[in-house]
Amino acid sequence: MSTVISVENVSKSYRLGMIGGATLKEDFSRWWAATRGKSDPLAKVDVAERARKIGEEFWALREVSFEVKSGEVLGVVGRNGAGKSTLLKILSQVTAPTSGEIKIRGRIASLLEVGTGFHPELSGRDNILLNGAILGMTRAEIRRKFDEIVAFSEIEEFIDTPVKRYSSGMYVRLAFAVAAHLEPEILIIDEVLAVGDTQFQRKCVGKMGEVSQEGRTVLFVSHNLTVVASLCDRAIFLEGGRKLMEGAPEHVIATYVNSGSELLGEVTWDVSDGRARSDRLRLLGTRILCRDQITADVQIDGSITIQYDFEVLKDGLSVTSSIHLLDKHNACVFVSGPPSQTLPAGRYQHSCIFPPNLLNDGMYSISIFLLIDTTVHDVVIHNAISFMVHETEEREEFLGQVIGCVRPKLEWIEKGLNGAAKFRG
Amino acid sequence: MMCNQMQATIEQRTRDNTLAETAEWTTRITPHRGWLDWRLNQLWRYRDLISLFVWRDFVSAYKQTVLGPVWHIIQPLLTTLMFTLVFSRVARLPTNGAPPFLFYLIGTVAWTYFANNLTKTSGTFVNNAHLLGKVYFHRLVIPISVAISNLVTFGIQLGIFLVALLLYRLSGHGGQITGWIFLTPVLLLILAGYGLGGGIIVSALTTRYRDLANLVGFGVQLFMYATPVIYPASAVPEHYQWLIKLNPLSSIMEGFRLGFLGVGTLSVPQLGASIGGMILILLVGIMLFTHVERTFMDTV
Repeated sequence: MSTVISVENVSKSYRLGMIGGATLKEDFSRWWAATRGKSDPLAKVDVAERARKIGEEFWALREVSFEVKSGEVLGVVGRNGAGKSTLLKILSQVTAPTSGEIKIRGRIASLLEVGTGFHPELSGRDNILLNGAILGMTRAEIRRKFDEIVAFSEIEEFIDTPVKRYSSGMYVRLAFAVAAHLEPEILIIDEVLAVGDTQFQRKCVGKMGEVSQEGRTVLFVSHNLTVVASLCDRAIFLEGGRKLMEGAPEHVIATYVNSGSELLGEVTWDVSDGRARSDRLRLLGTRILCRDQITADVQIDGSITIQYDFEVLKDGLSVTSSIHLLDKHNACVFVSGPPSQTLPAGRYQHSCIFPPNLLNDGMYSISIFLLIDTTVHDVVIHNAISFMVHETEEREEFLGQVIGCVRPKLEWIEKGLNGAAKFRG
Repeated sequence: MMCNQMQATIEQRTRDNTLAETAEWTTRITPHRGWLDWRLNQLWRYRDLISLFVWRDFVSAYKQTVLGPVWHIIQPLLTTLMFTLVFSRVARLPTNGAPPFLFYLIGTVAWTYFANNLTKTSGTFVNNAHLLGKVYFHRLVIPISVAISNLVTFGIQLGIFLVALLLYRLSGHGGQITGWIFLTPVLLLILAGYGLGGGIIVSALTTRYRDLANLVGFGVQLFMYATPVIYPASAVPEHYQWLIKLNPLSSIMEGFRLGFLGVGTLSVPQLGASIGGMILILLVGIMLFTHVERTFMDTV
């Protein structure tokens, strides 16, 4: 297979503090001072200080190299700010790299946003034409595919209505429909699957699979690891602007999930921290374990242990603890705790084990309550620790986001009832 | 024997592979591009997009307005009426014997084409940042489509002028079309070139200096008074004539009036100088534009 995209040592830097804001007067006074050999009159001391420290430059990408072969689907994963979007922008020629070179063979189309260039006053019909042309289709191509696009978008009856009257769902459906019918040799896609209702998402993912089966090259950036695992042949992992890893999607995703995120797997409290203590009880620290490792990034199919250490400062107290599991909207998913016991002064540890396949993917946080006499909230730490549940398995059917705060694997039974009908007859 | 054959097959395969590897790359993305690397040939590929942008501008401009495209007619007519009142009736500026209304109308119509080109292309980068930040197409598609949209407006407004001229002729109030009228396409091209060239220079500079956006609006207004739009070049006193001669648009305005009204003076060297100036301003404009185009997203 031949190489269709070759990225060689591509770096991109942004100048900090210089983005926008410049006026002719400032530039002129800088130039005037410089020609007289004086220091920059506009440089603030702290800015100059910072400039010396970080060189006034921010490297969004640093010497990234990789190749994409014809017909391959390459996934790009990484956290926010890892340089994914910058990479896609450079590949789409929206902005130029600071150094390095990219060579591309074949027609390329990028979808950094659906509905780019939609004009609110124009009808759906007109916008299909306009958006298609912006994305690189010729008029003839769009005409040929027009009916297909309209059918895919499911908004036949509103096709002559201005798109400003559309619901956001209709808008996105139409926009994706146009994009899905592009026929470039290379397609660059950024998170477009994060749109529309679940049913439409399913359709989009299906279309993406089709595209890759047609032998077109796809470069795909997503936070949805399931989609990356299911659709991509290969993946690269960006972190801090550098390429950390390249390889089979399941390996790259595993590395990505296990690499330290901004979330901490362990939190401890000082003796002096007034929030974590009373004169009777003190919370020492809490941690999350998955597969015997302290981590805030856990996998959906592994069991998760929530553990916390506390100290009983006085003898003879009836002590217990409980946790509140909160979802990303801070709504309580459930409360749990061990029975209370009378404990002598000393240090203790409580661990709670969540079985595999209980939580959905996404962010959760834990509030910890230390109680006396089963009802008195003695020490309370809200959102003591947060963790992220990742779904990394390949899924067969539906690839979109599964909704709900929990996603337990339940037992299902299917029984044929045709016999019963006969019995009644 | 067998071995040799295999060897040959392998060699053949390697050769095929290297052939595929060295086949032309269609796109090269590099940090720097030459000042003269304009890739204007790409514009042909985007001809459909240009025509769709023109159509969009025209269709969307008057959606949800009562009068719609009639505004194209109302604008120059009211302006001309005002000019006639102020400059002809009150200030009593000469019009070289042409009916004042027609004199101002043709001036307004021609000047509007230039002014629209300049002001509407001067915001290319800043106003289209949302679009240009997401998709690549040759960036000159936008200013070119603007110039073409404006040409449509010009056509409509010229139609109004011709109707007015006909009415004047029928009622015997003068107005004389001359052979110079065949120069109109050239004059239009020059106007478009200056508007576009000036506009894209400003658009390139506004990515850094937003101040310029403020300057353009009233700058064009002031420039109109420095150009013989509402007065004939011949009415300018002798010791200011050099200013008129220096202004490349003077000969264009005179040319329009010579063609459509039969009044005015036009010298071929002056017209030649205007064309030369237009080419220069376009070259500088495209150069600046292509230079800024590559990284403007980082600063806008």
